[in-house]
Amino acid sequence: MERLKIETPGQEQRAFQDLCADISRRIRVSPMGLCPVDITLNVIRMCHAQSCGKCTPCRVGLGQLAHMLESVLDGDAGIHIIEEIARTARTIIDTADCAIGYEAAKMALNSVTNFRADYISHIQDERCMYGLKHAIPCTAMCPAHVDVPGYIALVKAGRCEDAIRLIRKDNPFPSVCGYVCEHPCEDHCRRRMLDDAVNICGIKRYAADHAGAIDTPVCEAPTGKKVAIVGGGPGGLTTAYFLTLMGHKTVVYEQRPKLGGMLRYGIPDYRLPQDVLDADIQYILNAGVEAVTDTDIGGDISLEDLKKQYDAVYISIGAHADKKLGIEGEDSEGVISAVEMLRNIGEGRIPNLENKRVCVIGGGNVAMDATRTSLRLGASRVTCVYRRRVDDMTALPEEIQEAQMEGAEILPLHAPERIEADEQNRVKTLWAQPQIISQIGADGRPSIRKAEKDLVEIPCDYIIIAIGQAVHLKPFEESGIRAKRGAIQAEQTSFVSGSGNVFAGGDAVSGPATVIRAVAAGKVAADNIDQFLGYCHAIKSDVEVPAPQHTNTPPCGRVNLAGRSIESIQGDFDLVSIGMSSQEMEQECSRCLRCDHFGYGILKGGRNIQW
Amino acid sequence: MVNITINDIPITAPKNSTIMEAAKTAGIDIPHLCYLKEINEIGACRLCCVEVEGEEKLVPACDNVVQEGMKITTNSPRVRNACRTNLELILSQHDGQCTACTRSGNCQLQKLANDFNLPENSFCKELPAGKAAQWEKDFPLIRDAGKCVKCMRCIQVCDKIQSLGIWDLAGTGSRTRVDVSQGLSISQSDCSQCGQCIVHCPVGALRERNDVDKVLAMLDDPELVTVAHIAPAVRTAWAEHLGIPEDSATVSRLAGALKQAGFDYVFDTSFSADLTIMEEGSEFLEKKTGGELERYPLFTSCCPGWVRFVKSQFPQLVGQLSTAKSPQQMFGAVVKSYFAEKQGIDPEKIRCVSIMPCVAKKGECQLPAMERDGIRDIDGSLTTREALQLLKTVRVHANDTKEIPFDNLLKDYTGAGVIFGATGGVMEAALRSAYYLATGNNPDPDAFKTVRAPRAKDNRPWREAEFDIDGTTVRAAVASGLGNAKKLCEAILRGESHYDFVEVMACPGGCAGGGGQPIHCDDQSRAKDRADILYRLDKNMPVRFSHENQDVQRLYQDYLDKPLSEKAEQLLHTHHCN
Repeated sequence: MERLKIETPGQEQRAFQDLCADISRRIRVSPMGLCPVDITLNVIRMCHAQSCGKCTPCRVGLGQLAHMLESVLDGDAGIHIIEEIARTARTIIDTADCAIGYEAAKMALNSVTNFRADYISHIQDERCMYGLKHAIPCTAMCPAHVDVPGYIALVKAGRCEDAIRLIRKDNPFPSVCGYVCEHPCEDHCRRRMLDDAVNICGIKRYAADHAGAIDTPVCEAPTGKKVAIVGGGPGGLTTAYFLTLMGHKTVVYEQRPKLGGMLRYGIPDYRLPQDVLDADIQYILNAGVEAVTDTDIGGDISLEDLKKQYDAVYISIGAHADKKLGIEGEDSEGVISAVEMLRNIGEGRIPNLENKRVCVIGGGNVAMDATRTSLRLGASRVTCVYRRRVDDMTALPEEIQEAQMEGAEILPLHAPERIEADEQNRVKTLWAQPQIISQIGADGRPSIRKAEKDLVEIPCDYIIIAIGQAVHLKPFEESGIRAKRGAIQAEQTSFVSGSGNVFAGGDAVSGPATVIRAVAAGKVAADNIDQFLGYCHAIKSDVEVPAPQHTNTPPCGRVNLAGRSIESIQGDFDLVSIGMSSQEMEQECSRCLRCDHFGYGILKGGRNIQW
Repeated sequence: MVNITINDIPITAPKNSTIMEAAKTAGIDIPHLCYLKEINEIGACRLCCVEVEGEEKLVPACDNVVQEGMKITTNSPRVRNACRTNLELILSQHDGQCTACTRSGNCQLQKLANDFNLPENSFCKELPAGKAAQWEKDFPLIRDAGKCVKCMRCIQVCDKIQSLGIWDLAGTGSRTRVDVSQGLSISQSDCSQCGQCIVHCPVGALRERNDVDKVLAMLDDPELVTVAHIAPAVRTAWAEHLGIPEDSATVSRLAGALKQAGFDYVFDTSFSADLTIMEEGSEFLEKKTGGELERYPLFTSCCPGWVRFVKSQFPQLVGQLSTAKSPQQMFGAVVKSYFAEKQGIDPEKIRCVSIMPCVAKKGECQLPAMERDGIRDIDGSLTTREALQLLKTVRVHANDTKEIPFDNLLKDYTGAGVIFGATGGVMEAALRSAYYLATGNNPDPDAFKTVRAPRAKDNRPWREAEFDIDGTTVRAAVASGLGNAKKLCEAILRGESHYDFVEVMACPGGCAGGGGQPIHCDDQSRAKDRADILYRLDKNMPVRFSHENQDVQRLYQDYLDKPLSEKAEQLLHTHHCN
């Protein structure tokens, strides 16, 4: 009998693992717009290569699926092939012995189901309905379509001012986004095919930090049109900014004393310092945007009046209302919503949590903000209670990590059951039911179910609820603005149908989202309001982007921003993350593959110099 | 026992029985191709997938056991369509030239394809090409890659029953195929040529080298004198597919058919089995009394699969093999010497063909040493299946043929020779005569039948028995199947087991279950039933001792003098050097 041996991966095994890692990174950043039939064919071929060959459906069936898909692409197949593919895939799903077979066939079945029209187009017209629309992945993935390769090239060339000017063509919040953007631009960064995404957000922050003062832009000739913006958050200010550049008169009505919306009243200072936010807002105001603060539309002024006084109205009220847990004891003293707490702090009403035990409920970025803020307010213990696993938290991983490093405790897989109060109706204990992670639902997220364990007692003085935000719809619904599932109903152009002259966008329409989504919505609204007003203005940038230099691009690690060391967290609301050094910036900029020049971007769908 | 329902029929099935077995006991037929009970329950073909209530996917019936309350459906459209699609997929990679296939009419895939009404196949044909499709045509075992359905039975049979691991999967994904393991060619491999992979192949992907045309050419040549001899086990099986009742399916009828096909002389290999006993029995006594078996036993050498196996797996034991040639070779050697001389025929004009239940006999008769003065002992060896094919080719219908006696001079045979075709038979026959040779008296012919017992009490994969012969204890062991033989050899080499005389046959159950015997689609082993026929024949034979074979006695008197004589050594012994 052969003796047992310690198994160590040999060179070939390591090379094989590297090959698989390369494929997986590559697949992850697949450009949008590719032919779904061709991709399916080649995915099936790869799956077939993974087959051990033991069982008929996988060994033979996947090969036959590939033949059929190829015949679709070659235009050799009749329309019946779609049903043949589905039938074969269903048998493989039904009878393959292991996941190598049945999961592969599921992809083929999903493909013929979801892209049926494209299959028909291939079969009948020998053409693909798709085409590469995402020439520059970062720009395409950015909701506001900021010219990322352009500004990286400018930063690299030492032209930070021009970089900021170029960003402002699409996004008037370059500084804010340099600090707190969720950077979807990095998701499909082609650099991931080599190593990892370029730290685009970090480069933007470098540009913002080093740009200095920039001249106020020149607006188009006044049109005499007036637009009211309801809500002075990033979305409303974006619309106001672009409409102002177009020559329209814009007035922003803000309920709170200061502009900024969630940027000011939701995001804590240690992530986004007030002066950074103020700088972006000041630039917008300098362009000629008028702001009326402390004014409540629906209260102080009715929407009807605005509609009459202005040629158009844009509703960008955000999602500032809290959501309730709906459990016993929620009305106890000491139970507060995260948005409420963060707003109070933004307005200078700072709660005293010194030596208090705090439970934060939720797993999103707001929960992390509440958690880290509580630590800074002197809480003796902060426990973030979340229903699912840490992996399932929607907060950015770095936010979770930083919260833990700052001393917060994360208690995953615990669902709040009830809140126990003392005789004075003050919060005493959070009772939580342990959960186990369970099946993955249609949304791709795993569900939870009750664990066969006793309730867990978490003694605490405050409970901060961060399970999502809602939109204050009431005054607008009363004015005839239609809403559905807690959000305003607007068209893709942001026009509110049946309203006459009202547009809406941002969190109020999409539900709670990100800064850059609000900016993108504002940009869309500005464009469509301009057209609504009878104009066709263009927003341009005259910044010239440096030509790419041929540089070798060997695989290189990504520069991540470091965190400041914090001696005593209590009362320390100073910015935590440290921007890139110039050395780091140069290296990081040189990692950019310049997809505006290399690849499809130089042919079509590359740089937009105006919109 | 557990209670289940299949197609709403309540069934009580033994705990741990598979869905397939439970259905079978209830008379419900679940289609299958790769399934081979206890040997290949791997769910590879996926034709046996059935619906089980509560299970999202279909479930293969062959490798899932029944559970209390299970509700199984085997006849739904979903089950039928899945089976049909998988059949079509298998057929897309199968070279379905049934008209030219040895297994046509006896092919599990052909039957399923017919049953499931698949006149058209929408999948495109994918047949192996290039090196994957090539094979050494001279090797006694032929593999047709284009017909292989990748059921993996051959791999499992060779691994689990024969312990040789000749077959393996080569490649992955679309290029997955069965091929000789370790990247070897079949002639480089340790293949024993037992042919067990052939009889377990559900289709015609594996077969013996077809020597029918070669033999027909001999029959067609008027210059040649053709001789056939029929091995003991052939008589038990040759008529299985012909619908001839057992009492009519005699070896004499087969002899008549072969005569009709054109053979000038037809004999029974049982004659040379008796002769083998004389030589091997004498050799045993000589070695036993000479103290040569103190450490390792004398091994029988009648089975060429076993001899090839020893040479490749236990070369240190080759010296322990009996030097006696096998009955096949002895027959040829006697025909081309003694018989030719007596009949006045030029031995160079004689073509001796053996009808064997065996594939390895093809290899054995081609061994360089199996000749004398350039005259081969045997000129061709046909399996039982090929013999039947030859008869069909020359339009001889065995059903209508008369029984004839064997030809003179080498005609006589005994019950001892007949039982050579069953595991333990060689040992039993040898002990009957060894007893006589040692004592001068005949024992009770059934005195040694314990070697026939299915298995030793201690569950070892071989049988053993001790006999007293003239005050000397003879320790005998019998194994069939090379996996069992391997364990026996290892035990002997480790010194755990000690025997004087060991019989090994490569095929499970011996030649009755040989790799050259007729193949049945039901996958039922017939080795035991066929062996029982041989033992019945033996019991009814007037003479049951090899040393009492009149023609063998005359051969010694007139030609060889005595067992192990110089002439006998020249003609009837070999040293297994190549």
